[in-house]
Amino acid sequence: MPVNYYIFLSVALFCIGIAGVLTRRNAIVIFMCIELMLNAVNILLVAFSKMHHLAGLAADAGSRAGSEGQMFVFFIMVVAAAEVTVGLAIIVMMYRNIHSVDINFLNRLKH
Amino acid sequence: MNAIILSAIWGVVMMYTGVVTKKKSTPKVVAILGILLLITANWLEYAGLPFFNVHTGGMLAFTSFGLVFNLVAFTATLFYFLLSGSDMEDVGDNVADYFALIFFVLCGVSIATSFASLLMLFLGIEIMTIPLYILAASDKRNLKSNEAALKYFLMGTFSTGLMLMGIAFLYGASGTFYTEGLNLGFGSLTPMVMAGMVLLMISMAFKVSAAPFHFWTPDVYDGTPTVFTSFMATIVKAAAFIAFLRLFENAFGKMHSEWQLLIAIITALTLIIGNLTAVFQQSVKRMLAYSSIAQAGFMLLAVFALNNTGKQGLILYAAAYSLATIGVFAVLIKMKDYTFEGFNGLAKYQPLLAALLTIFLLSLAGIPLTAGFFAKYYMLVAALKNGQMFWLVIVGILSAAVSIYYYFRVIQAMYFKEGKDPEIHVSEGFKTILLVAALIIIILGIHPDWLLNLLNN
Repeated sequence: MPVNYYIFLSVALFCIGIAGVLTRRNAIVIFMCIELMLNAVNILLVAFSKMHHLAGLAADAGSRAGSEGQMFVFFIMVVAAAEVTVGLAIIVMMYRNIHSVDINFLNRLKH
Repeated sequence: MNAIILSAIWGVVMMYTGVVTKKKSTPKVVAILGILLLITANWLEYAGLPFFNVHTGGMLAFTSFGLVFNLVAFTATLFYFLLSGSDMEDVGDNVADYFALIFFVLCGVSIATSFASLLMLFLGIEIMTIPLYILAASDKRNLKSNEAALKYFLMGTFSTGLMLMGIAFLYGASGTFYTEGLNLGFGSLTPMVMAGMVLLMISMAFKVSAAPFHFWTPDVYDGTPTVFTSFMATIVKAAAFIAFLRLFENAFGKMHSEWQLLIAIITALTLIIGNLTAVFQQSVKRMLAYSSIAQAGFMLLAVFALNNTGKQGLILYAAAYSLATIGVFAVLIKMKDYTFEGFNGLAKYQPLLAALLTIFLLSLAGIPLTAGFFAKYYMLVAALKNGQMFWLVIVGILSAAVSIYYYFRVIQAMYFKEGKDPEIHVSEGFKTILLVAALIIIILGIHPDWLLNLLNN
């Protein structure tokens, strides 16, 4: 399958994520949209990794080109997991104090 | 490498300190020992004696630029610990953990100043910011702290998403994560490279709070417990700038002319918005938040110019700005009233404190004989040497003039207004350390070459 399809898919997912972050009011949903953005990147990285690998194989049968893209995906997963632990803890803390996860609450500091 | 490994180890040591001892003052002592160790280790590495020889596959490159910045950042942290370390004990019960998180941030700082691969850039920035989300939220019962943490977290992860997408595009275009390998020549600006570069620029602008991506900064800095705002607004921000500069110099240096206009617009917007909004603030803490945006505009000039003067200027700027801001914040933490009126008549009750505060504010405003003057001077010279877009230099000079107004408002309140005794209780040691910080600022204002000569190694 041409790599273009993967690019369209992941850009579409990424844009859905951005639109969600910008329009939703529920902190958990915003958080899920951010995860969607990160996973769109994962798809794209794996697709590119495969593309570079095939190009490398065409030049040299023993080529290992493209493996670093997949390594990067693992790092993104680890960092995303770390972010989830911190982020959910912050959201739970907020819920304990105001019994809501609505980010309209976030306008308090403006003045 | 010394700094990366030792700061991570010392973070764990700090966590165990919290388990072993219940005394609230012990963690500060251990942390100061740790930061002294870090400074020594970093200095030894700078002198060519690394403790660890880890094979990183070329993903990290330790240049004198990065190491000298580490030195500046660690020294600023030392002053931060000495001045504000005991105030962390008032935020919550987990003092040792706060220090541990700060050491993890320093680990991220040392990675971000030495990356040679986009993977390390991503990890460095993340290691730097994730502990900060926790520090922002450390005042658990305070709604403002909650709000600041959530806002910072959502903005931070959002910009991380943008950065990752940019990295993925660049990987697709070039097949490598190494900044050297990415160094695409003039005219190789395919749509994919352009998208990747713009996304990286936007995400870095988010991290250094450059306009138009600065809107989270004042709220986050205002809501975070003041002790941690001081750290966030200085060392972390300066480190993000070093990463920004390294990224655009190593990866996109050859097509400088193609993105220069974009960064010039960001710089001008940051300077104008930061300075003009700072004028209208009623709280000194919020004023400092906007002033950090305005100072970010000046630091962006180094990225805009991308020459040697700019790099020297950025190091000097990081030192001058960090020390002065940490000093101002250290006094601010002791105040009960954060408004400008709270400073009324401070000179009468605390003459030494007011005099030192004046030196810090003068340095932030860029008055000659302080380090801030030469920092701004180097930045403007770098932009001039660049030879293009002179209007940016004019914007810089005009906004520096505007900035004098709001810094002098504090000085005016301290010296020329009557007020009641703010009842600040500071020890003699605190005053001495503040005096040393002020002396360093004046010495750097007379002999900036003493710091900058280190870069020539």
